[in-house]
Amino acid sequence: MNRRDFVFDSLRAATGVGLLGLGLSLYSQRAASLPAWALRPPGAQPEEEFNGACIRCGLCVRDCPFDMLHLARLGQDIPTGTPYFIAREAGCEMCEDIPCVAACPSNALDHALTDINKADMGLAIVSDQDACIAFQGQRCEVCFDNCPIRGDAITLETQHHERSGQQALLIPVVHAETCTGCGKCEEACILDEAAIKVLPRHLIQGKRGEHDRLVWERQPARTTYSGNLLDKLNGHSAS
Amino acid sequence: MLRRFNQLGVLFMFLLGPLFGAWLVTGNLSSSMTLDILPLTDPLLLSQSMLSGNWPALTGFVGAGLVLLFYALLGGRVFCAWVCPVNLVTDLAAWLRRRLGIRGGVRISRHLRWWLLGLVLLLPLLTGGMVWEYVNPVSMLHRGLIFGFGWAWLILAAVFLYDLLIVSRGWCGHLCPVGACYAAIGAAAPVHIAAPRRDQCDDCLDCFKVCPEPQVLKPALKGTRLKSDSSHGPVIDSIDCTKCGRCIEVCDQDVFGLALGWVDKDGFVKSNLSGQRPNAEQTKLQH
Ligand code: SF4
Ligand code: SF4
Ligand code: SF4
Ligand code: SF4
Ligand code: SF4
Repeated sequence: MNRRDFVFDSLRAATGVGLLGLGLSLYSQRAASLPAWALRPPGAQPEEEFNGACIRCGLCVRDCPFDMLHLARLGQDIPTGTPYFIAREAGCEMCEDIPCVAACPSNALDHALTDINKADMGLAIVSDQDACIAFQGQRCEVCFDNCPIRGDAITLETQHHERSGQQALLIPVVHAETCTGCGKCEEACILDEAAIKVLPRHLIQGKRGEHDRLVWERQPARTTYSGNLLDKLNGHSAS
Repeated sequence: MLRRFNQLGVLFMFLLGPLFGAWLVTGNLSSSMTLDILPLTDPLLLSQSMLSGNWPALTGFVGAGLVLLFYALLGGRVFCAWVCPVNLVTDLAAWLRRRLGIRGGVRISRHLRWWLLGLVLLLPLLTGGMVWEYVNPVSMLHRGLIFGFGWAWLILAAVFLYDLLIVSRGWCGHLCPVGACYAAIGAAAPVHIAAPRRDQCDDCLDCFKVCPEPQVLKPALKGTRLKSDSSHGPVIDSIDCTKCGRCIEVCDQDVFGLALGWVDKDGFVKSNLSGQRPNAEQTKLQH
């Protein structure tokens, strides 16, 4: 082979591989997005870093004693091979020794997480007060009862019944600072479609500017929303 | 065949858990844990993870170190011939190709795999994501068998048809960056296939037909080199050799065997494990 052939062969290879790389990167941008209904195991690094770090081995899935984690398959809306769970199907039981994190060889589930109560898998929100029967004056404490850290992450609070003006309501209130997003409340909700949902935190929480920080800190953060949150989230696609 | 036994055996150990509830090995070839004490991690995957800006956990490093050590000693592409599940698919394609007498097809460079390996390592650096893992047939197949396929079988079907109809030995012999990475890992391994009795060769070419990397045979068997006139020793010293041993098995003239020890640049064993240098005359070419 002479030098000219060599140069052109190399150029051909470089071009082919470059095009392939471009295609792969574009595809991966789409393939890397996580839908709101899929949650990451405890300790997961922020989604963007997680996608680069996780080596798709499934050790977290295997070491979860409750078998509630899954590895995404090709064709699902979840980055292929990465672990996820669906709160409504089975939430995280918040194991004290966090075996999923301990098993992770890549640190995609950050080993710095040693206290499961500090986990941040998402945030619960009573997304549909019209459907939640507690808001309609009935007695239901199911989500509250199923929360592994009830009393902290979720409390029952009395509220005056707006419509009748007599009955006192006992409503579930989620506290954003302590909720770990384990999903047990959503799993347990007695309705056909849960009225309490766990979603990625950034979809729910607002953020104020630095200047009114003090006001914000005095107000306890609560996540309740009147009306159907999912309708609002899906607003543009539904109409 | 010992090799198939090993390939299927490895798969079987991984499958024992999900199928029968006996958890000998958990995880998959990307990273696994055997009997709760032996971590093994694919070095290429861990490298991609690190290049995306991540610092793995200790078990990840230990696991990758063990795998590196193993293949550095035994020869990297031993992974291909003895462990990788895709090899079952591509060998089937090659076998069918021989059987059906399919010839021709497209010719592409066997160096493309090194370009691809470069790409695989570059993409996490540029995008921060593990891009290759969205299509990698090796992990797709293994993960699919253990955790469920989804559409992953499509990728395997593509590899199979491509090998069968488009490029002979097209995936493992030309493109696969995983195989290239393992080849690099085992570049200095002291275990080789050699043709010590090459003077007995009767040119039936059976070995060329079964070898997945037939270009590695010629220097050792015929003593010829591509670029120079000096003769080549009997050791197959190309890092592409998968050490599958099929040439040993197929040859009626019993030409091939194992050679242990480090090899000099002329394809002779420098010092074999018993410490003697084999007589070069003995292996000189007859014609
Ligand atoms: S904390 Fe326990 S239940 Fe939750 S994902 Fe980890 S192992 Fe599973
Ligand atoms: S154990 Fe870690 S690297 Fe393996 S799949 Fe789970 S998160 Fe990913
Ligand atoms: S409120 Fe729901 S998501 Fe939050 S910790 Fe309790 S059960 Fe888990
Ligand atoms: S070349 Fe790649 S696909 Fe083929 S056997 Fe080796 S690792 Fe597996
Ligand atoms: S199979 Fe044996 S005899 Fe036939 S070409 Fe190869 S080395 Fe020679």
